[in-house]
Amino acid sequence: MAQDPTDRRVVVTGPPRRTRRLNGYRPRTEIDEQTTLGHTYVRSLIRSQLRAALTVFGVLVLLVGPLPLVFTSMNDSTNLEWLVLGFCVYPPLVLLARWYVRRADRNERDFVRLVEDR
Amino acid sequence: MNENYAVPAVALVVVATVFVGAFGLRISRTTSDFYVASRTVGPRLNAAAISGEYLSAASFLGIAGLVLVQGPDMLWYPVGYTAGYLVLLLFVAAPLRRSGAYTLPDFAEARLASQSVRRLAGAFVVGVGWLYLLPQLQGAGLTLNVLTGAPKSLGGIIVAVVVVATVAAGGMRSITFVQAFQYWLKLTALLVPALFLVLAWQGDGSPRNAFDEPAAFREHRVVRVDSGLDLKLAAPLNVTATGTVDGERYEDEKVRLTEGVHRIAQGTRLGFTKGDHVPVADRGSNGGMSTSLAEGREDRPLYATYGLILATFLGTMGLPHVVVRFYTSPNGVAARRTTVVVLGLIGAFYLLPPVYGALGRLYAPELTLTGDADAAVLLLPDRVIGGLGGDLLGALVAGGAFAAFLSTASGLTMAVAGVLTQDVLPARGVRHFRLGTVLSMIVPLMASVVVGGLPVADAVGLAFAVSASSFCPLLVLGIWWRRLTPPGAAAGMLVGGGSALLAVAATMAGFPGTGPLHALLAWPALWSVPLGFLTMVLVSLATPGLVPAGTAAILARFHLPEQVSGGQVRTAVSAKEVDA
Repeated sequence: MAQDPTDRRVVVTGPPRRTRRLNGYRPRTEIDEQTTLGHTYVRSLIRSQLRAALTVFGVLVLLVGPLPLVFTSMNDSTNLEWLVLGFCVYPPLVLLARWYVRRADRNERDFVRLVEDR
Repeated sequence: MNENYAVPAVALVVVATVFVGAFGLRISRTTSDFYVASRTVGPRLNAAAISGEYLSAASFLGIAGLVLVQGPDMLWYPVGYTAGYLVLLLFVAAPLRRSGAYTLPDFAEARLASQSVRRLAGAFVVGVGWLYLLPQLQGAGLTLNVLTGAPKSLGGIIVAVVVVATVAAGGMRSITFVQAFQYWLKLTALLVPALFLVLAWQGDGSPRNAFDEPAAFREHRVVRVDSGLDLKLAAPLNVTATGTVDGERYEDEKVRLTEGVHRIAQGTRLGFTKGDHVPVADRGSNGGMSTSLAEGREDRPLYATYGLILATFLGTMGLPHVVVRFYTSPNGVAARRTTVVVLGLIGAFYLLPPVYGALGRLYAPELTLTGDADAAVLLLPDRVIGGLGGDLLGALVAGGAFAAFLSTASGLTMAVAGVLTQDVLPARGVRHFRLGTVLSMIVPLMASVVVGGLPVADAVGLAFAVSASSFCPLLVLGIWWRRLTPPGAAAGMLVGGGSALLAVAATMAGFPGTGPLHALLAWPALWSVPLGFLTMVLVSLATPGLVPAGTAAILARFHLPEQVSGGQVRTAVSAKEVDA
């Protein structure tokens, strides 16, 4: 229930068509109609998703990239290789994936909230 | 190895596959059911199906064999196979699902509105799919050969028939059930014997010399050399020989082999004593699956390792049987969640093959000589545990191996048949899809019978390198870069994928021999992937006028969440119609 009865009365007695259009306006219309503003919204979403993907990809490269160099530079790397490549490398991969999915989902939720004007 | 248990186990897997497939057939009704299971497969079922499909002969047998022969460096293969899914998740998973296309060529056409790019992508899908099917059929042949002594082509024929029957009858829906079932079967078939093997290893006093270089025999062992090979000895070695060594006949005689290379003829039996170092077969002379392109590693180990990492990390996203599965998710968010579950599932699976590789180095080091190193997984239970327990565990492993061939082959057949039905055969529809299924299997089957021993690791590595150099640029640039043009995409795929294909084909034909050039050609991903990306970007930038008119709307559809893009899809379609 509305807490302020006065507000509610204004809505009911106002000019119906005009009020509906004002309340019905959402940025989403801009996207549906492919206006410049709509494109800007979409671009911002793509940018934020790309940023998330590149961040995680960067972490992956930093994590895995130096490993062959480390193994080559060590004298006896066999045991370390078994340990790292056979086991230790998998948990970080799953954690990175979960972190990315959480961030990508959040980006999308934020975007929906923005364009649906909720 | 006792075939009394192994053959029923393989038969059981085959029957169970057909049965689970038939369960899908009862609810598979429309064309959409056929291709993408009506897009209603939830994350868990779909993730098990993706993992089941992905874990192929190369994973189930090949990795253990490679580790056995070449040591822990080869662990980069499973790491790459897994990390490939992370890269796929980051750049491709959700947008690919939202693109609303059935197959990779569909994606190319939806993004670039070009029939010629579509056809080119279709050609690459069929090519990569056939390359990947070939080792599955050969792995099946090897398994049946090791288990029962059946001719090497028989296993491949069985797999081909079962796969064509299940795929043609039920399509993707039944395949989803089959694949999910087979993931758990494969995991069990490696996990349970591995536990027993490790227990037996501990009971044996946990010998640690597995990682010694080179491996040594732990007991007196007679090795039968199946195909002639050159032995390279770093130190003199005393063996008992029956057969032909360096052109001389021996009959159970002691022979002192001096330092250097010795020619061992086919069928010769060599007896080694305890503590002998396992001699190294000279490069490429034993033609086994696991000899692979790994010769390149000796020339340029670091370069080869990075080439392998790049190919597997970026190649996964373009494998046709992997990509087609993402269309079965109900929406983009589900596609992402599915991928995370997949990472967990295949990561868990890949903890196991290295165990077999290490134990194989301890208990079956002679496999490096016989050229059947890929059989290590199959032979170990019998070798280490023995008796009835060893036979039963061996049967379980054999069943799991067949599950691996069946599931990967089903997925590949599905993807190749989809392309053939839509782009090659005259009319669409379920009947032609069935024809396409037969066509897509018959070519690799003929090839496997005719060509014979193309190593598993070679063919799979080639498929990854080609996919990384052609589809990876297409997908990544297509999804994230709005200035991609049809000529750019076509040129990039041709230059990147084509050069990778030529390079590995040249290596397989033995063209460059040794040296830096050999390493460059054997591990092409390090230069062919950048080449593919660069060509795609430069040609696209050179043809700015050809950016498809609906690009902005299509990119929006790829990236917008479904609840927003409901209206967006309609707009994109009408925009396309206006342009046309």
